[in-house]
Amino acid sequence: MENKLMNLTLKVWRQKNAKEKGGFETYPVEGISPDTSFLEMIDILNNKLIHEGKEPVAFDHDCREGICGMCSLYINGHAHGPDSEITTCQLHMRKFRDGDTITIEPWRSAAFPVVRDLVVERQAFDKILQAGGFVNVNTGGVPDANAIPIPKEDADESMDAAACIGCGACVATCKNGSAMLFVAARVSSLAKLPQGKVEAARRAKAMVAKMDELGFGNCTNTGACQAECPKGISVSHIARLHREFLSAKFKD
Amino acid sequence: MKSPFIVSSSVGRKFVMSISGAFLVLFVTFHAVMNGVALISAEAYNWVCAVLGANWYAIAATLVLAGGVLVHVGYGVWLTMQNRKARGSVRYAVTENSPGVSWSSKNMLVLGLVVLLGLVVHLTHFWAQMQLVELMGGHENALGLDPADGASLIAFVFSKWYNVLIYLVWFGAMWFHLTHGIWSMFQSSGLNNQKWLPRLKCVGNVWATLAIGLFALVVVVFFIKSLL
Repeated sequence: MENKLMNLTLKVWRQKNAKEKGGFETYPVEGISPDTSFLEMIDILNNKLIHEGKEPVAFDHDCREGICGMCSLYINGHAHGPDSEITTCQLHMRKFRDGDTITIEPWRSAAFPVVRDLVVERQAFDKILQAGGFVNVNTGGVPDANAIPIPKEDADESMDAAACIGCGACVATCKNGSAMLFVAARVSSLAKLPQGKVEAARRAKAMVAKMDELGFGNCTNTGACQAECPKGISVSHIARLHREFLSAKFKD
Repeated sequence: MKSPFIVSSSVGRKFVMSISGAFLVLFVTFHAVMNGVALISAEAYNWVCAVLGANWYAIAATLVLAGGVLVHVGYGVWLTMQNRKARGSVRYAVTENSPGVSWSSKNMLVLGLVVLLGLVVHLTHFWAQMQLVELMGGHENALGLDPADGASLIAFVFSKWYNVLIYLVWFGAMWFHLTHGIWSMFQSSGLNNQKWLPRLKCVGNVWATLAIGLFALVVVVFFIKSLL
């Protein structure tokens, strides 16, 4: 495989803090290997900036293996960049060409305010989870794993929804700033399991109410969230969220 | 007092859009079939027009229909305003289309407003010359026709090329609106799953094409007849 080093131009959103107005800064980066990950490329830029006595670009990252949901970035008009079903940390520079200009922006949503540069506040997701995204377990002996049989299809669908890493790409991509896919994934993964059914009605109502309270928008079924979700979570889970929520409300 | 969930909750508001939309889809389907009658027989079409004149049930249905339109449009505008606020004041500098996202799904408000504008023109052309005349106690509309003589009115309106053009553009906007709207009404009321997602999208496209195709056919056929 050809391994030609690339020279790129980065247009990066810089913002000192949540209150100050931000703007784009342009930085050239040179000698980038196609096998470099996107975040490593920003590390290289930051190293250069530090050596030049400038402030490095702040960005979120943690595990760098696509499971923690910490990395974000809106790259050239796509959440987590141009590749499909991956997070930014798994994006490699071979997806770009020598001489490219890459625009890097933070997630944009009223519920995800920018903290600094490319870092946004995503505590809203934690608050939604705290409202009901869990199963209460009474203490006691460890139950036998086979005591509650679960059909394979249900377990599969539950696990598909549970793959959500809470990165916020759905909100960042949605033209309405809606968090419906995130909430649907959480509600759906528990709704498909017997353990989650006990609190299903309360959970759907509490999580939707918290989502609305935190200023997320209304879903209009564009499906952009599903297209950009690094875990490929389907909007069919949103239909299940509606079923759970509406049946709970009609029972009230 | 706590407001009901169809006002206070985003899922509830979506449900209202779904139910009001479903009601309008049924009406549009009925209207398309009714227009199709005009292709077969002018007498049969005029009989339908007479049934839908100034009768109490037709008036009641008209009022319910107007209510449905008001709810759907009102909620649509309200939701869009909320969504713009939720998106935040700073927009992305670079945006690209995501795969599988239809153009109509992102432009439902604009398409809906075009549909509404067309509706105003349509009501001026037909409703104001038919049911309204009867409601006012008249027996003859501005064109000197019997208000129940829908067949002659269609022939008159669609003999003008500019009306044909306006209606075809209107139908185009309605087709785009329906292709997203029909599967969405199932999705928003929770009647969807992984298996039915592609099926319902297909049903929506076929349904929209049949209904809008029938509307367009009537307009084109009457225009061609006027040329002969």
